[in-house]
Amino acid sequence: MLLEVKDIHISYGDIQAICGVSFCLERGELVSIIGANGAGKTSILNSVMGIFPPQKGAIYFKGQDITTMPVHQRARIGIRIVPERSRVFPRLTVYENLMTGVYGLKNKLPIDERVSWLYEVFPILKERHNQIGSTLSGGEQQQLSIARALISDPELLLVDEVSMGLMPKLVEQVFGVLEQLNRGHGLTILLVEQNAFASLNISARGYVLETGTCVLHGDAKELMDNPRVKEVYLGH
Amino acid sequence: MSSYVITIGTIIVIQAIAVCGLNVIVGYAGQISLGHAAFFGIGAYSAAILTTKAGFSFWTALPLVIGMSGFIGLLLGLPSIRVREDFLAITTIGINFIVEAVFRYVQFFGGALGIGGIPRIVLFGIKLKGITFFLLCLGFLIVVLFICWWFTRSWASLACYAIREEETAASTMGISPVRFKLLAFVIGTAMAGLGGSLYAHYMQFISAGDFSFPVSVAFLSMLVLGGMGTLWGPVVGTLILGVLPEVFRPLVDYRIFFYTLLLLLMIRFQPGGILGEGSVVRRILAPILKGGRA
Ligand SMILES: Nc1ncnc2c1ncn2[C@@H]1O[C@H](COP(=O)(O)OP(=O)(O)O)[C@@H](O)[C@H]1O
Ligand SMILES: [Mg+2]
Repeated sequence: MLLEVKDIHISYGDIQAICGVSFCLERGELVSIIGANGAGKTSILNSVMGIFPPQKGAIYFKGQDITTMPVHQRARIGIRIVPERSRVFPRLTVYENLMTGVYGLKNKLPIDERVSWLYEVFPILKERHNQIGSTLSGGEQQQLSIARALISDPELLLVDEVSMGLMPKLVEQVFGVLEQLNRGHGLTILLVEQNAFASLNISARGYVLETGTCVLHGDAKELMDNPRVKEVYLGH
Repeated sequence: MSSYVITIGTIIVIQAIAVCGLNVIVGYAGQISLGHAAFFGIGAYSAAILTTKAGFSFWTALPLVIGMSGFIGLLLGLPSIRVREDFLAITTIGINFIVEAVFRYVQFFGGALGIGGIPRIVLFGIKLKGITFFLLCLGFLIVVLFICWWFTRSWASLACYAIREEETAASTMGISPVRFKLLAFVIGTAMAGLGGSLYAHYMQFISAGDFSFPVSVAFLSMLVLGGMGTLWGPVVGTLILGVLPEVFRPLVDYRIFFYTLLLLLMIRFQPGGILGEGSVVRRILAPILKGGRA
């Protein structure tokens, strides 16, 4: 088991965002958590990354309890996040943005190799190599954000609504890249999405989140056939 | 050069050293500090005490003085890094007042009388005065600028930039915000300590008022005017604010009012300062600079 989340509770003041959610990921799996806006998807990813730890419950990564570990240490042991709305560094160039991702790992990684591989996967970044973050389009920022998370060769990639604000064609392309990373490179990915179809389509398993609790989970194909999921998320 | 010009120049160079340190904290690491004069004072008082009471020379005391300023910077930086930005402003103001009060009321630090009889710096058997002392200070400023330049080229600065622009995002990249903020505090306060030491040996007499809160405001005005986060900004800002009151004599009396007003106006209308990105001066100079480089 690569990631195990056990009965976590997260609240912001009086607002109970997550009450008692549990899930797990095997190494090499691609798993989706789908849910409407405000269901608590970002809260779950942020708690796994350590940005806002859960008040109750526990999180294990490679068998180690990381519930209270600081964010930067989680990043160093192999967890990386592609945050909601990408968040690239606006005043750093594309290349410098990528370099922030290998901080502290510069002696352990073949950096040039990683960069040229990422430029192959995201050719637009190669073109924009020396451009500063704020001048990139939304889609380009998303790609940079993914590349920046990948450059450190993480073991677990958390992806928060990459499809948001992207043109349908780009959504397809980005999900294609994620699928390729999972199938071709064995990268373990946890996706959270409102776009249920696109994410379940490339996932092995899925969890359905409604107002802070997990109401359904199972095989991705089965979830896509589930009448309730169809009605609420797939618009059938 | 007349001794008047040398006097002004020496003070400007000493202040520029302290402002470079402030730039590391505010400009590079994005941590507001309104108490930088405290560390300038800690450097000055350590140098004064070590040389007048413990028999050290400027040179043998220097590592201790810099180490002491940086270490106290680290201790006081520790709580600061856990508080939000607006609290950090208040905390650093508080530090300034406390440090000044300690200098003023503790007998060991000379109390209200301050410390006098601080010896001149001796180099190669020569007592440095006037132009030679100015050159020594200039040498230290160059070293400080070189360290800043090196810092902006290093991995540490990339981390600091990332933290300044977005702390959470930086930490998800494996960058420890705490570590780099503290690093910036230590380097910045150590530079202030160096400046303070030179100040003590130049004035030969120091008292608590030399390191009061208005001095911190002045340092910050100089930095903001010149351009936070730029290499030459601290020097340009200190030069302008050092020379202006000499040219416009009436300004001297309203110095602190002028500094504060300037600070507020700059932050409102030109936060990048004179040398920052997108500044008016940069836009005007751009064609010339480009021509020069090409
Ligand atoms: N920082 C916060 N402060 C207060 N409430 C929050 C905060 N972040 C999220 N919430 C609330 O928690 C709930 C879940 O939010 P979130 O995890 O962002 O959901 P999602 O990502 O699925 O849209 C929402 O009701 C939201 O309003
Ligand atoms: Mg969200």
